[in-house]
Amino acid sequence: MEGPMILLVGVFFAVAIYLFLSKHIIRILLGAAILSNAVNLLIFTSGRLTREVPPILGTNGAAEGALTANPLPQALILTAIVIAFSFFAFLLVLAYRAYQELETDDTDEMRAAEPKEQNVPPLGY
Amino acid sequence: MASSQKTPVDISAAMVVEPVALADWLVIAPLVLCMSLGSLLLMVRKDTRLQPYIAIPSLVALVAINAALLAHVILSGPVTMTMGRWLPPFGISFTVDILGAVLNLTAAIAALAGGIYGAGDVNKSGRRYGFYPFLLLMMAGVSGAFLTGDVFNLYVWFEVLLIASFGLLVLGSERKQIDGATKYAFLNLVATTLFLIATGYLYGIFGTLNMADIALKAPELRDKAPLITLLSLFLLAFGMKAAAFPAHFWLPASYHTPRVVVSALFAGLLTKVGVYALMRVALVLFPAERDALGWVIAVIAAATMIFGAMGALAQTDFRRLLGYLVISGIGIMFAGIALASPGGVTGTIFYAVHSMIVMTALYLVSGLAARAAGGFSIATSSGIYSSHLFLAALTLVLFFAVSGLPPFSGFWPKVILVKASLDVGAWWLAGAILLSGFLTTIAVGRVWVLSYWRPAKTQGKAAPVHLNPMIDYAPVVGLTVLVVLLGVFPQQMLELSQTGSEQVLNPIDYIRSVFPQEAQQ
Repeated sequence: MEGPMILLVGVFFAVAIYLFLSKHIIRILLGAAILSNAVNLLIFTSGRLTREVPPILGTNGAAEGALTANPLPQALILTAIVIAFSFFAFLLVLAYRAYQELETDDTDEMRAAEPKEQNVPPLGY
Repeated sequence: MASSQKTPVDISAAMVVEPVALADWLVIAPLVLCMSLGSLLLMVRKDTRLQPYIAIPSLVALVAINAALLAHVILSGPVTMTMGRWLPPFGISFTVDILGAVLNLTAAIAALAGGIYGAGDVNKSGRRYGFYPFLLLMMAGVSGAFLTGDVFNLYVWFEVLLIASFGLLVLGSERKQIDGATKYAFLNLVATTLFLIATGYLYGIFGTLNMADIALKAPELRDKAPLITLLSLFLLAFGMKAAAFPAHFWLPASYHTPRVVVSALFAGLLTKVGVYALMRVALVLFPAERDALGWVIAVIAAATMIFGAMGALAQTDFRRLLGYLVISGIGIMFAGIALASPGGVTGTIFYAVHSMIVMTALYLVSGLAARAAGGFSIATSSGIYSSHLFLAALTLVLFFAVSGLPPFSGFWPKVILVKASLDVGAWWLAGAILLSGFLTTIAVGRVWVLSYWRPAKTQGKAAPVHLNPMIDYAPVVGLTVLVVLLGVFPQQMLELSQTGSEQVLNPIDYIRSVFPQEAQQ
């Protein structure tokens, strides 16, 4: 089960990075969403994927089944999913506002904060 | 059904059984204060007149609590408090040593200055959109990052301060702000995601996230696990958060766009959290791997300080210039991490404190100067020296401090770092520190000559702009007094940084405070 998941994580990362390389903010946004899912899957997979073996020690101190999935990474990604989701919501609004306000979704054209015509500082009074 | 009650369970093997000492509650007091009062402020966010009266006293209380925490740590060594009574490494621990406590106190002082200044700088609509709640929630994130002893918890606090900083950044919703915020938000999201990836791998390798536990287990795993790769990932993530050279572009794109007080708070607090996190991970958790990557960090440090200072030279806008000076300072802090000698780390801690205070003060001053001279551009503003003599005097002190000239606070840490670099034969690193100081002197000297000394262009037409002594001057004066005190009487701060660097480089006390039984070595 882990093998295909690892490949899937790799594909997710590749897609996310490809989208990040775009100039258009909407693609970068999609890249961010996929990137966060790639990370979540990565952590999920690293905690082992098994079914129906509870991670509970028996009375003799040994685990019931041979291999149980580690529950902590699952708890970690629950936190990470919530954070990534709220960030995505914020970025979505921000990107839309940027599109409205700057009238472009091309990051090369977004020069309101750093205008193209850089004035050289004056050399004398 | 009642079979579970047969055997009484001895919980002392898994749980904390003694009640927490009263003084140890100080470890989480900053967080409790910031989060509860931040929520309270959120409830009264429509009452714009009331907000400063709640926020400023609570920031004063935060400074007091953090000072008490620092005193507690100085007296009794690193302090640990573990949540939920589970023994570490299962419960999430908050562990404070001198490094964390000093930076935490300095951050609170900078936030207090910002809170007071914000009463004048942030207008009604800014307050209605939540300047003060965001400020306190950001402080919760910053304090949490400085105090936590758990890597994943550190990630969560990073996100807390990041989401609050987004709110502060777009407070006016102007075109420039939206543009700057877009770049800031996306690049910082990538940085925290990298941090999360590294944390995932860290857990995969160690099976624990408690920092003291990782520091204990790292020596056994050194031969088996790819720890240098892991540290490189952390270096990239924290370097991006701290705005170190190849990944610094989000900072000059955004720091000059929000309200002056927001820029000041960001410059004082946020990048230093990245530096702190790198110190914690590189020096405490992975010292041997850091030695292998030392030259990489040194090259990054030198490039960051030189390119930061050169960027500052090319700017016409006072605030954009300051943004590059923040970057240059990050390079100087990285130099100490690259050296990792007692002197280097002492210098980095001292410089971090200096940089937090002086950058916050400089941004606040830039706002006052812009009000006095009618704009941030050094090409058009002029005559502040003749119209606002006191402001000019304050600025000159801060300019000296940021350039590292005696007798102010920037001088001593630079001396220590230059000496520490020369001690290991890294003459080029020492040269880079001196060169960046020289370029910084030229950059701020030009601001002084043009905006301050140059005779006013519109002479005698309007009365000089009135600046309120209580909410405009008081925070800047307070920070400047600190800059002067740290420069003239550096002994206390030096000793504190030295003890801090000893605790970081030999974290046995840190580990013992989390695991009292691990007293070997």
